[in-house]
Amino acid sequence: MNKEELKIKLAATFTTAAFDESGQWLNMTVPAADWLQVAQLLRNFGDFPFDYLFCLTCIDWKTKLTMVYHLSAISTRDTVVVKVDLDRNNPEIESVAQIWKTANFHEREVCELFGVNFLNHPDLRLLILPDGWEGRNPMRKDFEDPVNMIKL
Amino acid sequence: MYRQSEILDRSGHDGYMVINVGPQHPATHGVLHFVITLNGETIIKLEPHIGYIHRSIEKMCESLNYRQFVYTTSRMDYLSSHINNHACCLAVEKGLELEIPPRAQIIRILMDELTRLASHQLWWGSMAMDIGALTPFFHAFREREMITDIFEDTCGTRLTMNYMVPGGVMADLHPDFQQKVKVFLKQFQEKLPEYDELVTGNIIFQNRTKGVGILSKEDAISYGVSGPTARASGVSCDVRKLYPYGVYDKLDFKEITDTGCDTWARYIVRMEEMRQSIHIIEQLIDNIPDGDFQAKTKAVLKLPKGEYYSRVETARGELGVYIVSEGGTTPYRIKFRSPGFSNLSAMETMVKGGKIGDFVAVMGSVDLVIPDIDR
Amino acid sequence: MWSLENITKSVDSWLNLQFSPTIAFLIEAVIIMVLVIGLFAFLGLVLVYMERKVSSFMQIRLGPNRVGPMGIFQTAADTLKLIVKEGFTPNNVDKFLFNLAPFIVMVVAMVVLAPFAFSKGFQIWDVNVGIFFITAVSSLGVIGILTAGWSSNNKYSLLGAMRSGAQIVSYELSAGLTILVIVMLTGSLRISDIINAQADGWWIFKGHIPAIIAFVIYIIAATAETNRAPFDMAEAESELTAGFHTEYSGMKFALFFLAEYANVFIVCAIGATLFLGGWMPLHFGENNWFNTIMDYIPGIVWFFGKAFFLIFVIMWFRWTFPRLRIDQLLNLEWKYLLPISLFNLLLATVIAITGWHF
Repeated sequence: MNKEELKIKLAATFTTAAFDESGQWLNMTVPAADWLQVAQLLRNFGDFPFDYLFCLTCIDWKTKLTMVYHLSAISTRDTVVVKVDLDRNNPEIESVAQIWKTANFHEREVCELFGVNFLNHPDLRLLILPDGWEGRNPMRKDFEDPVNMIKL
Repeated sequence: MYRQSEILDRSGHDGYMVINVGPQHPATHGVLHFVITLNGETIIKLEPHIGYIHRSIEKMCESLNYRQFVYTTSRMDYLSSHINNHACCLAVEKGLELEIPPRAQIIRILMDELTRLASHQLWWGSMAMDIGALTPFFHAFREREMITDIFEDTCGTRLTMNYMVPGGVMADLHPDFQQKVKVFLKQFQEKLPEYDELVTGNIIFQNRTKGVGILSKEDAISYGVSGPTARASGVSCDVRKLYPYGVYDKLDFKEITDTGCDTWARYIVRMEEMRQSIHIIEQLIDNIPDGDFQAKTKAVLKLPKGEYYSRVETARGELGVYIVSEGGTTPYRIKFRSPGFSNLSAMETMVKGGKIGDFVAVMGSVDLVIPDIDR
Repeated sequence: MWSLENITKSVDSWLNLQFSPTIAFLIEAVIIMVLVIGLFAFLGLVLVYMERKVSSFMQIRLGPNRVGPMGIFQTAADTLKLIVKEGFTPNNVDKFLFNLAPFIVMVVAMVVLAPFAFSKGFQIWDVNVGIFFITAVSSLGVIGILTAGWSSNNKYSLLGAMRSGAQIVSYELSAGLTILVIVMLTGSLRISDIINAQADGWWIFKGHIPAIIAFVIYIIAATAETNRAPFDMAEAESELTAGFHTEYSGMKFALFFLAEYANVFIVCAIGATLFLGGWMPLHFGENNWFNTIMDYIPGIVWFFGKAFFLIFVIMWFRWTFPRLRIDQLLNLEWKYLLPISLFNLLLATVIAITGWHF
């Protein structure tokens, strides 16, 4: 299935989503409030459920944060990239760890590196950063560490 | 990460014992830390704690240009450094829309497969060592040494090769390359049945691995597990077959899957993969075309604004490189989707209810490389 | 046949001539102590070197080859290193038991040596319940291991010690039952009687099928009792780092190490005594030319030759096989080896009563 066909199929279900076909795969931007519902629908999507979450990450655009979910259907190999924009000062989004188990670890990583708060996450503790690390999120663009960071 | 007091608090009240496996422990092959809750010898709960070797390669890459950042990735999964480099080059080339000369294509695939062989040999030795047989490790290293020698001739280094660059490879092959690879293939094919005699056919080894560490197909997909670990659970996920890169679509090789879902199946899948890698190298070694080993590129690479994702099959699974470019000379954001990270998250499902001995066997069969998990 | 018997006899009579019997006895005891300690030092040096060379042979590498010719002084250098190391006792351990444990293990290994016949008449104590004494005392060794694991205040040590306890107690049964087969065939518990009964052929040849089955089971059980791979559950370095001796260092660790090799020697010496005739040369039938030739080789050479052959077999196991899991280990004993050895004992009884053995 090419991007065009996939877009038509998905657009019928997700009316609030904005689509973008310029990239390698079909991009779909959904509002943060709808994300959990969209995720559940995608996971049980008709004859090609998107059951393989192969990449979950976040991008800091300095004005906003964007969550990026790369989803793929094992049965048909269709891939869709879901993006969710978040408020940079108070980033909050529903966790999808119950839907795709791999999200558990990836969300913990994003949480500590970008400071995104995942609601209803089963176990949102520090994964990589040392004990007692508070507040500052290293992967954000404005993170400064004069001791350990070497500017090139 | 746990504070020590937290670990102590939880032990003793419910009759369970909490032990720390790692960060320095022979079974973890690196600085990985598991907090295991035991009932007698049976594992009730397993929590991985990572980050001991986190270097934040993703953040580092944001201040390196598109030629430089490739080299940091050799330090991620140090056993498949060629393949990591390959993934990065593919992502950059996708952005630049570069055509790679056929010679470079073939060299890249050859190096990838040799790396895979070297990595699987080390895995074979260390898995046998985890299960308690110390001798196979040395036998595996005998052949692995030949591969690292081949790499040293061509790339100059033995572990972190940094050989692939955007546009091709850094230097031409060493004149002895073909001959040495053939010598290696001949010896390895002779010795592979010996590997089977020493470990595969051993009744103790089979008892230790069969039916141990079950990872069902649904769990494997849900946990995003990839590579031989997923294929042993019946998930077809070989990137070389499904999303061919390089010249993999023109090559004859099989994707090895197994429906055993256990440690034994993972062992068998990897052993068969070695044979497939030999088969791939045999097809290519006499057919290296003449020509350039590197495409002509500008001195300073600038990727157009956009997002580029490339995926390759490393020895451990699917490595994804996700580059977000703002049009500058450095990536705006880069994300490495490392296979080890997802495979690690499935560990608890595999070892729950097993014994400590099973945990070690599963650790061996999943073949985690810690710098790959931490990045 | 040249023997050490004459030397011991002449020393004994000379001492009794010079001193009163009590003093002579005490002097003999001191001589024996020195000899036993000397034997242990010798065993430690030789067996560690042998283990390294055997393992390097199996693992296609050279092994120790720097200290002295062929690296023969490697273990001496290692011992020196261990002696000069600090005898470290961690905080929060049970200090008395922690320091006692290595000595329990070591003393048990030394006491077991008493009824062994190294050569004709070269025996410390030819007691009438010799083999019973050996099995009884050698099972005390597990107390030392349990003490070490418990007092270390370390979870790995505790797990290792518990595994070791379960394992040694289980495998003692099989070992005991296989020893009973030979006792049944001989009709005596005295070591010298058992050896003399093999003057016309070793039990492994004379004893028909039961002796062969008993020998195989004995070797398996002996490997398990000495906590060596494939039954090294108590140490299991990839699971429990070092098992019961995780917290030990320096000379205290060396005692465990030495005791392990001493125990290997002891179980192999028992195997050699019971099944392969101890110091008795290879004989077939009554006086013939073959037996005469064999008699020219001294008994002590035979004894150590057989023991070291069995030690080599056990080392061979260690460097070839993967490790069993703890439940598989116990299954093997209780579900397979124990019923087989019980049945085997019955078979041996029938053979001994009817006199079907040679």
